[in-house]
Amino acid sequence: MNLREHGRMALRMMLLIREFEQRLKGFADEKLIRGSTHPSVGMEAVAVGVSMALGPNDCIASNHRGHAHCLARGADPGRTLAEIFGRADGYCKGKGGSMHIGVQELGILGTNGIVGAGIGLATGAALAASVSNRNEVAVAYFGDGGSNQGVLAESMNLAAIWKLPVIFVCENNHYAQSSAIERMFAQPQISQRGPAYGVPSVDVDGMDVAAVYDAAEAAVTRARSQGGPTLIVADTYRFLGHMADDTQMYRALVEVDEWRGKCPIDRLANTLTAAGLLSDQERNEMSAEAKREVDDAEHMARQSPVPSAQWAFTDVDTWQAAEGVVA
Amino acid sequence: MSVVAAAAVDVSQAAAGSRPVPMWRALNAALRDAMSADASVFVMGEDLTRWGTGGGIYGVTKGLLEQFGAARVRDTPISEEAIVAAAVGAAARGVRPVVEIMYSDFMLLAMDAIVNQAAKARYMFGGQFQIPLVIRTNGGSGIGKAAQHSQSLETLFAHIPGLEVVVPGTPADAYGLMLSAIASPNPTIFLEHKALYNERGVVASEPIPLGRASVVRGGKDVTVIATQLMRKRVLEAAEILAAEQIEIEVVDPRTLYPLDMETIAASVTRTGRVLIAHEAPLLYGFGAELAAQLASRLWRSLKAPPQRLGGARTPIPYAEDLEKRVIPDVAAVVSAVRGLVKS
Ligand SMILES: Cc1ncc(C[n+]2csc(CCOP(=O)(O)OP(=O)(O)O)c2C)c(N)n1
Ligand SMILES: [Mg+2]
Repeated sequence: MNLREHGRMALRMMLLIREFEQRLKGFADEKLIRGSTHPSVGMEAVAVGVSMALGPNDCIASNHRGHAHCLARGADPGRTLAEIFGRADGYCKGKGGSMHIGVQELGILGTNGIVGAGIGLATGAALAASVSNRNEVAVAYFGDGGSNQGVLAESMNLAAIWKLPVIFVCENNHYAQSSAIERMFAQPQISQRGPAYGVPSVDVDGMDVAAVYDAAEAAVTRARSQGGPTLIVADTYRFLGHMADDTQMYRALVEVDEWRGKCPIDRLANTLTAAGLLSDQERNEMSAEAKREVDDAEHMARQSPVPSAQWAFTDVDTWQAAEGVVA
Repeated sequence: MSVVAAAAVDVSQAAAGSRPVPMWRALNAALRDAMSADASVFVMGEDLTRWGTGGGIYGVTKGLLEQFGAARVRDTPISEEAIVAAAVGAAARGVRPVVEIMYSDFMLLAMDAIVNQAAKARYMFGGQFQIPLVIRTNGGSGIGKAAQHSQSLETLFAHIPGLEVVVPGTPADAYGLMLSAIASPNPTIFLEHKALYNERGVVASEPIPLGRASVVRGGKDVTVIATQLMRKRVLEAAEILAAEQIEIEVVDPRTLYPLDMETIAASVTRTGRVLIAHEAPLLYGFGAELAAQLASRLWRSLKAPPQRLGGARTPIPYAEDLEKRVIPDVAAVVSAVRGLVKS
C-alpha cells in the first residue's frame, strides 16, 4: 500500500467501522436490535485492506460478522444501521437484519447466517464472471470457524480446477464463538489448506491494513489475469464478545488486552504520523468526522419508520402474495 | 437398554419435584439422567461446554462436562455434515450419540446424514442395523433471529420414513420425551422451541413414551391440535373463547411421528370440529396431513370440514412487526375457532 495515496482513506474507513460497531451493544441494550449482531471491533483492517484492492464491478460474499465488510465495500452507514434496526430504510426493507444484508448495486451477496455459506456463493459469483467473460473478482469472507465447513475444501478445489477469479479471505480471529483454534484445529495454520488444492495461499498480519491490502492486491491481479483463486489468511482478533450478550468466559482478559495493544487503527495512525503524513490534530479531526458520520447514520436509522406490514408478504417469489395465517 | 428405568430413579436429584423448572433445565436434567444411567450415551455439538456460563447456546448442556468428562461431552468444530454423519456411524456401532445442532436451520447442512444415512440404514440393510441417535436442535420464530435461524422444519423430517420427530411444548414433556428419545433404537429428531426455553413447569420423574398425544385442556365444542408455541397461543385463545361460552379441547400430539391418531381421533369424534394450528407454513404442513386423515376416518362424525391455521408462505422476516404478521397469533386462533363453531 502506498501510504501517501491510500493511508488516510484506510484510516478514515477503519475509524468509521470502529465507531459504528462500538455502538451496537448500546443499541441492543436499548432493544433497537433484535436477535444476534456480531461486531468486528479489532478486525477493521481486514475488510478495509481487502475492499481497497477491489474495483466497482467486483463482489463479496460475507458472513455473520459482516457489517465491516459492507461498510468497507461502500455501503451507506445509515441504510446499513436501519437494516440492523429492522426499519423501512434498511437495504433489505428491514426483512433481513444484521445477518442478512444484501446490496445488489454494490455487489454484496449478503452477510450470512449460515457459517461457511458465503464461500460457495463467492465461488459461484466468480463462475458467473468466468462464464460470461467479465473481468470481475469475487471475495469470500469467512472465519477460522467457517473454514472447518466442508464447503471450503470443495470450493477451493472447484475454483482451482476452473481457475475461477475468487479470493478466499479467512479472518482468523482465534475463536469461533467460544471455541479457541487450539481446540478446533490439530493444524491451526489454515493457509496450509490452500496448497493441498492447488490454491496459492498467504498468511498476513490482519492488524496491518497495508499488509492486507498488498496481499489482496496480489490476489486480485492473479484473479484478473486468469491465474485462479487465492487463499488469504489474516491473523486478527475480535476485541468484543462474539455477540452482545457474551460472557467471554472462554478467554482470558489479559489476552484481550494484549491484542488491544495491536489495534490496527493505532498502528496505521502511528505509521502515518511517523512518516509525516498525519498530524495529531488531523487524527483527532478524522475521529470526530467518523463520530459525526455515525451520528448521522444513527439519526437516520432511529427516524426510519418500521416496515409497511404488507412487506411481510412481498418478495417471496414471482407468484402470488403469500398464503397462510387465515384469520 | 434399561436407560428409561434407571433414569427414572435418578431424576429426583435433577429436576423432578413440585418446583417449576424452565424448559432448558428440564432438558439438562434429562441428559444428565440418561448419561448417568447408560455409559454409552454421549453428547456432542458446537459450543456445548464454554459458551455463556458453560452449556451451549441455550444452556441445555450445562454442567455435563464437569460431571461426565471430555470423552462424553464434546465440543465440535463448525462442521454439521461431519458431526451428524459421524454420529450416525457411531450409533451404528453401538453407542448412543445425542447431537446438538445449534439451530434447526443448520440441520440442512447435514441432510444427507439424516435422510440418506440415518433414516434408511435399518431398512436398506434388511433390519441388521439400529441407529439409536438423537439430534437435538431448536426451531421456531418469535425472538427476532430472522430468516436463517427461525424456521419450523418439522414437516421436512416427519416426511422421511425412518425418522421419529419429537416436538415438546412443556418442561415435563421435554424431560420425559428426551428420555424416551435416547432410549429409542431409531433416529430421533428432537425439536425444541427457542422461544420456550424459559417456560416453567413441574417435571415428573417418568419417561413419556413417544406416540402419545396429550389432552391439555378439555372442551366439547372444537378440538384444536397444536404444538409448542402454537399450543401456548391456543391455550390463551381458549380463555378468551371460554368467556364466549365456546369450549375448546386442546390436544398436543407431542410427537409428529409416531403420531397418536387414536387420542386425536377420539377427541375429534367427541367435538365434531377440528382446527389444526401450526407455526410452519400452512401449505404442505402437518396440518394438511392431520386434516386428511381425520376427514377420511371421521367423515360421518364431522360437523364441519377440518380447518387449518399456519404460517404464511414466506421466510421469517427480521423486523418485529413483520415477524408477527407471518405467524398465527392468539387472535387468529380465536377467529378461526369462532368461524368453525358457526359453520
Ligand atoms: C452452519 C452454522 N453453524 C453454526 C452457526 C452458529 N455460529 C454462528 S457464528 C459461529 C462462530 C463462527 O466463527 P468464525 O467462523 O471463526 O467467525 P467469527 O465469529 O469468529 O468471526 C457459530 C458457531 C451458524 N450460524 N451456522
Ligand atoms: Mg473466528
